[in-house]
Amino acid sequence: MSAGAAPAGMRALPFTLVLIAIAAVIFLCGRWLGSSYAFFMGYVVLQYVVLGTAWNILGGYTGYVNFGVTAFFAIGAYSTVVLHKLVPATPLPVMMLIGGALAGLVGLGTGYLTLRLRGVFFSIATLALAVVVQTLITNWDFVGGARGVYVLRPRVAPLIGGEYVQYLFLMMLIMTVIVLVTARAIERSALGYGFAAIRDDEGAAEASGVPTLRLKLIATTLSGGFMGMAGAPLPYYVTYLDPASGFSLNYAVNAIAMPLIGGTSSWLGPVIGAVLVGGLQETLRVTISSAVNVLVAGVLMVAFVILAPQGIVGLFQRKRR
Amino acid sequence: MTALLTVSGLGKRFGGFVALDGIDLEVQPRERLGLIGPNGSGKSTLVNCICGTLRNEQGSVRFADETIDALSAHERTRRGLARSFQLPRPFAGLTLAENVRIPILYAVNARASGHLHGAAIDERCLELLGLVGLADKARQMPRDLTQIEMRKLELARAMAADPKLLISDEAMAGLSHAEVDEIIALLIRLNERGVTVIMIEHIMRAVMEFSQRLAVLVAGRKIADGNPKDVVRDPEVVRAYLGE
Repeated sequence: MSAGAAPAGMRALPFTLVLIAIAAVIFLCGRWLGSSYAFFMGYVVLQYVVLGTAWNILGGYTGYVNFGVTAFFAIGAYSTVVLHKLVPATPLPVMMLIGGALAGLVGLGTGYLTLRLRGVFFSIATLALAVVVQTLITNWDFVGGARGVYVLRPRVAPLIGGEYVQYLFLMMLIMTVIVLVTARAIERSALGYGFAAIRDDEGAAEASGVPTLRLKLIATTLSGGFMGMAGAPLPYYVTYLDPASGFSLNYAVNAIAMPLIGGTSSWLGPVIGAVLVGGLQETLRVTISSAVNVLVAGVLMVAFVILAPQGIVGLFQRKRR
Repeated sequence: MTALLTVSGLGKRFGGFVALDGIDLEVQPRERLGLIGPNGSGKSTLVNCICGTLRNEQGSVRFADETIDALSAHERTRRGLARSFQLPRPFAGLTLAENVRIPILYAVNARASGHLHGAAIDERCLELLGLVGLADKARQMPRDLTQIEMRKLELARAMAADPKLLISDEAMAGLSHAEVDEIIALLIRLNERGVTVIMIEHIMRAVMEFSQRLAVLVAGRKIADGNPKDVVRDPEVVRAYLGE
């Protein structure tokens, strides 16, 4: 937050345009490269940028650590499964909006029920939420229950042509731009200051006129909604979704580890964390073993919490002072 | 003249323990009221009930011609009721300027009257820090402050909400003689600007110098209220402090 006091830097519109330009360049490079593996890998990294940023809105800005990332992520994914079975023609962006809205609503409800809990008690409640949602999905036959469900990916991407994974990648890229613009706007707005006040001292925030409950509900809704949107394309990406993979602990661990490694005080932190850790994980997955990637996140998270609690962004900010 | 703050029949229990029992208290606009009492007499509980941090089970609180019992703490702050905390509770992750920015954004800007933007907010932050002599530390973090500077930041943040009534909860505990004088001068300056002040304090020198009127709480009851010089001679007050 202290970065906000520095000379204002870029305003919202130029920032958005620059971000869109970067996204366009990335996408065109991918097309030029023509490797579908690059798109598959890029999708995973972007998905973690979105998940990490979404987690950071509640966990980093407001100080409420959410262990239930998979609940929101899987609600997005399974809402796509339901739509795919009921109305197969639904365009993917609409599915993402619906998945996001559902997860946002669950976020709001969770907020109402749990935000009187503070610190670790809130975190335990969110963990319980993940278990509850997983149990519900596992016992819901329509979406495949415990045995999982196949979601066939269309052969060709709509609008842009080429392989469908390019379309998935593009959607996640757009999602990334939206989430980053939102996160940065929050940081520089009254909302961001209110979140920071809650994170530092809720009682003092309330005494300073901050409507803490309302702000916390905004944070849980936004955070949950973005997680749901990140999860909505997942069934098309994996083509076979079962509760064990949709609710994989990896998502939760990564969504928490990446902002912590990159730095929770700025929108840039989760981006750096996701690109670094996500990129490393994907590289190790294909070069060494598919199991080593969890180890990477774990070891890096422990190392950063001990050695650089402000994350990579914090290291640079300290130098600047 | 109608009172700015009227507490009537206020009662608060914690389980079987009666913390406050039928407290009546009136504060007139622009008044400087001292509130004293032995440890555990219910002073902070009374502040918490007035400010909405705790809910009183009995009685009611009226502020500026409005019953505020149903309002949450932040709504009371927005109506002009600010407090400082006994132990300073700064926003540790924010700079000093950002600390006083929070009440401006959330209390002052929430009122129909004032709406500050951009540079006007920055200016007001510096003005507030200047009021307590911390303007040159605006970009620093609270962890860089000394104990007295922390108390001053606490008062500056309370003032940032632009209150009609400021409740200063033991702002001077643990400070040196000169530092106490500094805080008293500061509170009197604020009072001269039109802010009503309730000062809760143990340091009698400060209380006597500051207060126009003195109220005494003992074991959750108000046992005296009036001219400070008379109140401190009141036999009941003397008994409460010194024993039989």
